[in-house]
Amino acid sequence: MSFDVHEYFSKLNGGDVLIAYKGSITTDLINNVLEEIEDKMDGVDEQAKIKKKVYNVLVESLQNLYHHIEELPEKLKDDFESKFGILVISRENEVYRISTGNFISSEKIKFLKDKIDKINSLSRDELKDMYKFILNHQKLSAKGGGGLGLVDIARKTGNKLEYTFQHFQDDYYFFNLDVYISEEN
Amino acid sequence: MEPISIEGTTKTPIVKFDAGSGKIEIKGRSIPENSIEFYRPLVDWLEEYSKSPLDKTTVNVQLEYFNTSSSKCILDVFKKLEAIHKAKNEVVINWYYEEDDEDMLEAGEDYESIIRVPFKMIEIVE
Repeated sequence: MSFDVHEYFSKLNGGDVLIAYKGSITTDLINNVLEEIEDKMDGVDEQAKIKKKVYNVLVESLQNLYHHIEELPEKLKDDFESKFGILVISRENEVYRISTGNFISSEKIKFLKDKIDKINSLSRDELKDMYKFILNHQKLSAKGGGGLGLVDIARKTGNKLEYTFQHFQDDYYFFNLDVYISEEN
Repeated sequence: MEPISIEGTTKTPIVKFDAGSGKIEIKGRSIPENSIEFYRPLVDWLEEYSKSPLDKTTVNVQLEYFNTSSSKCILDVFKKLEAIHKAKNEVVINWYYEEDDEDMLEAGEDYESIIRVPFKMIEIVE
């Protein structure tokens, strides 16, 4: 049986959910989510620097999604809108979780997995060096992504990036990334 | 040279570049999806300014948020300033960060270690 995106989305919807969305990831959607989270966080009793971190990491997560989402081939498109992605922001025991998900074709998995595993293996100082190296040596891609997003997220959160690739259909998988923001880091 | 004066939006910063006073200011948020478009005219302006800069150029960068797409463009801006500095003109970059915002301080320090221009880290205390 293939992976059920909608069921998966429902499962993510546990705990204290601030925002849950599935559908097209567009510029307008990003703007709306950022505005909404800012309003919601204003009303939360939370340290300013944590609020800032959540916002920062959310910007990177959403823009990563926006730049890297793959369209499904026509025959698999029926159930999903164009540029389909999911986003759930929740809070449990003072830890914020930002979950994002999107389809990915199998040939791109290795590159992404290697990149995340590499990031997860690095210390704080090594991440700083990696960030600075990419910043100084790599050009922005035509899409506007700089290859810095995940490194920046790992640096800012101080936590490991958790991910899964679940088989959907044919050569397509669903990539889920969970990012945690906690106070100690 | 015509000055640049751009109003801020929720995703792009206030920009004031003035060749007459040698003041360069970027303030607010810089989180557009595609930052190259926004920053290209700024980099071009600095390229032009670098041909006959004032003896002293003061740069104030006071960002609340910036995304990684902007971080590369900001580096391009700083590289233009580095060239002005290298040509024996005084350039100072004042990097403002809000109290407790260690991420923003660290971001400034990252630039400071890449760009050969004097930086001043200035904490904004409310």
